[in-house]
Amino acid sequence: MSRQASRLDQKKVNSELFTLTYGTLVTQLLRDYENVEDVNKQLERMGYNIGVRLIEDFLARTSSGRCTDFKETAEKIQMGFKMFLGISPNITNWSPAGDEFSLIFDSNPLIEFVELPDNFMQLKYSNILPGVLRGACEMVQMEISSWFVQDQLKGDNCTELRVKFIKRLEDAIPAGED
Amino acid sequence: MVIYGVYIVSKSGGLIFNHDHNIVKTEHLKTFKYPLDLKLEFENKKIVVNFGSKDGIQVGHVLLAVDKIPVSGRQLSDGRDVWEILEDPKNFPLSLTFGRPKMTTNEKIFLASMFYPLFAIASQLSPEPRSSGIKVLEADTFKLHCFQTLTGVKFITISEPHQTGMEPLLKKIYELYADYALKNPFYSLEMPIRCELFESNLQNLLEQVEKTGISNV
Repeated sequence: MSRQASRLDQKKVNSELFTLTYGTLVTQLLRDYENVEDVNKQLERMGYNIGVRLIEDFLARTSSGRCTDFKETAEKIQMGFKMFLGISPNITNWSPAGDEFSLIFDSNPLIEFVELPDNFMQLKYSNILPGVLRGACEMVQMEISSWFVQDQLKGDNCTELRVKFIKRLEDAIPAGED
Repeated sequence: MVIYGVYIVSKSGGLIFNHDHNIVKTEHLKTFKYPLDLKLEFENKKIVVNFGSKDGIQVGHVLLAVDKIPVSGRQLSDGRDVWEILEDPKNFPLSLTFGRPKMTTNEKIFLASMFYPLFAIASQLSPEPRSSGIKVLEADTFKLHCFQTLTGVKFITISEPHQTGMEPLLKKIYELYADYALKNPFYSLEMPIRCELFESNLQNLLEQVEKTGISNV
């Protein structure tokens, strides 16, 4: 019942525990697949499966409405990062058409204690994040793709995640919404 | 403050969860002499009162038991045929139990999938563009509240007509769903929800709302 009482304030968990758990997951995948490309793919897939569920949590807690443009979506995504990871990435580098933007992370909790060994330079260590974004947006009838263009693990100054709007999934929009 | 039930309908229109909360039990036991002064009929695999009402027994009630032996279909649980018993004067006086028919799981699934197109039709009938579907459906004995999430899941409550605070309650139920159904790794999306934690938390929530109102939850 104590859980019930404190339901609305967000449950805080030590970020180190989360970081280490994620690290365990990645190393286990590397051990299981032995191929960096496969690991990248698996991480994305896991992220997708998390995203399709996590979106409900986000919607239930923020009771936010449907986005009418991609700028709004970007803000919601930023809000989501604040909610679930406790970080606020900056939104920049809008494409002229307004269908692409970048999220800049000064710090990324996933890579806090991580150094990439030389033979794993192709590994997209935080590749779970693009998966989460794709899954979550798909559930609100938006197809997007996202990928890393800069990564602190690979010597860049910051981590940059590029997000691109592909299309609205019109058939999937629930009745009484369109 | 009474909530009768909670239903969750998936994006594709299937009933994935239902919870009966306060079921009004109507059962009337009465001893009858021959000939029976109620007209009974066999329909939908039930023996239904077709005409005549007395002592709380009303048209539409079904025969639940004969001499306290439960009836299923037109047979008693010991295999005897109910019609034959009722037609034979030698068996009287008989004590018969009548009551409201209980909805079977199949009937609930059927009704839930019926609500789905109704909801869609409502949004199309609307004179204004961009209308939502049915949010409230009111009758003189109950009120149905429906909340559709952006992802297309519908949360439905059936409550007393003057029950207030159902909209925040539906949001709460959505939160419980996000927590206890979706975060359960063994629950797969779009499938019926069989999560004990979800059910017990929902039960607590409903009881609390009925006792103290939604504002205190």
